[in-house]
Amino acid sequence: MTYLNAIIGHIGGTVLLFVQSLKHLHTLPRQFGRFIEQCYVIGFTSLPIVTILTFFIGAVLALQSGYSMENFGAKQFIGTLVGLSVVRELGPVMVAILIAGRVGSAIAAELASMKVYQEVDALVTMNIPPERILVLPRLAAILFMMPPLTLIGIICGWYGGALVSQYSHAISVDNEAYFAALKSYMKWHDVTDGLLKAEVFGFVIVLVCCYTGLNTRGGPREIGASVTKAVVASLILILVLDYFVTKALL
Amino acid sequence: MATAFTSSPFVDKTFGVTVKDLNKSFGRAKVLRDINLEIKPGEIFCIMGPSGSGKSVLLKHIAGLERATSGEVRIGEFDAGDPATRDKVHLALVFQAGALFNSLSVYDNLALYPREHRQCNEAGIRERVMNALSILSLEKAVNKFPSELSGGMKKRVAIARALVMEPQLLLYDEPTSELDPVMSATISEIIATLREQTAVTSIVVTHDRTLAMNIAERVAFMMEGRIRAVGRPDEFKHPTDPVIANFLNPAIDLKNPRFKQLENSHE
Repeated sequence: MTYLNAIIGHIGGTVLLFVQSLKHLHTLPRQFGRFIEQCYVIGFTSLPIVTILTFFIGAVLALQSGYSMENFGAKQFIGTLVGLSVVRELGPVMVAILIAGRVGSAIAAELASMKVYQEVDALVTMNIPPERILVLPRLAAILFMMPPLTLIGIICGWYGGALVSQYSHAISVDNEAYFAALKSYMKWHDVTDGLLKAEVFGFVIVLVCCYTGLNTRGGPREIGASVTKAVVASLILILVLDYFVTKALL
Repeated sequence: MATAFTSSPFVDKTFGVTVKDLNKSFGRAKVLRDINLEIKPGEIFCIMGPSGSGKSVLLKHIAGLERATSGEVRIGEFDAGDPATRDKVHLALVFQAGALFNSLSVYDNLALYPREHRQCNEAGIRERVMNALSILSLEKAVNKFPSELSGGMKKRVAIARALVMEPQLLLYDEPTSELDPVMSATISEIIATLREQTAVTSIVVTHDRTLAMNIAERVAFMMEGRIRAVGRPDEFKHPTDPVIANFLNPAIDLKNPRFKQLENSHE
């Protein structure tokens, strides 16, 4: 029961943090510098790892499915399979997992350290709400950066699959056939659904990590504990939300 | 040391602090017990006591950073625990470890408050920041980051940051810890001069007997979460209470059984 109470308390606290951040939405234009800084941290610095990861996810997916599909004589549909899997599921989820590990952990660590070393208390006594300058620019930045990051991830995944399909002797589906199959079954809403999912995941990751960081109590040892908590909670929420968002979008 | 503070219309009004039947517990540990205090507007009030007696927790309640288990703290007529009070009272707290923003330079640490509250243009902010830095002899540290400063310098930057805020209520948590005697004396002078020039109410939590006796108009002694005594510094020159006397003039008794134990353990 205590555990359940704690979970309900955390959900309530996270929602409250969002509402408090929203109250300061009108200050966002004059926090443009902070917004750009967060866009750089969240988006630009994550770009290399997103491209590498999604490229190889597409490649492995093509490799694994290519061999199986050949047995059924369906290897001409490999483009469709890789394309749809990456755009609807693997792209948004893998980019979100990567953002949780890379950006979420950094946010939780930074805010937890600010809390432990009383920087957050200093902001409160200065009548500068922490939600305004610590949470709002990060939320805005993730909402702004998540769609392009995911789109780049999806395209890299497609090309990873295309490359393996063409140059793997067992598969040997050329790029033209691969992309023709990909296009024939792909609809615009598949792309928009994937981007919407990524947007939801990114928003939840940043909110959970900010909440966990700002609610750190104790000494420096708790910073590490907060980072672990934030990343684990984010990963669980990504996968749980993935089910519900997919169900809602179908 | 010559000090000059910018005059601000906001500093015209100063506030007293009333603490009524304040109790605070962390789990089973009772940290504050039935605290009652009346701090007058414009007064320099020092809170002394041994480590763990609850001085800093009391200060955090006055700053609105902790919620009381029972009782209340009021700044003027406003509830210190209510976030809306910070819109009505300019309050600054000098934290024991400085609590500077590590990602910002010294200049930006000081400029954050006027910038966020849009009090003046960038030229005005620069003037206020440089004025505060010059008072604390920190002009050369203006572009440094907190990680490049010594503990004492961080403390001085924290005080400068409080000065930039032009507060009506100024709280200091151990302002002279980690400082050398010359800088401690300077800080004492700054606290006194600031009060003289702006009539700001100052509450100082300290272990530093010299600081408290030199600048305070009244001193409160805290022991085990309770206020043991409140009075003018001269009333504590020859304290009758043996606990306070021992705190102010600790006598090391080498015949104390604890020293005997230590001696035996070395043998």
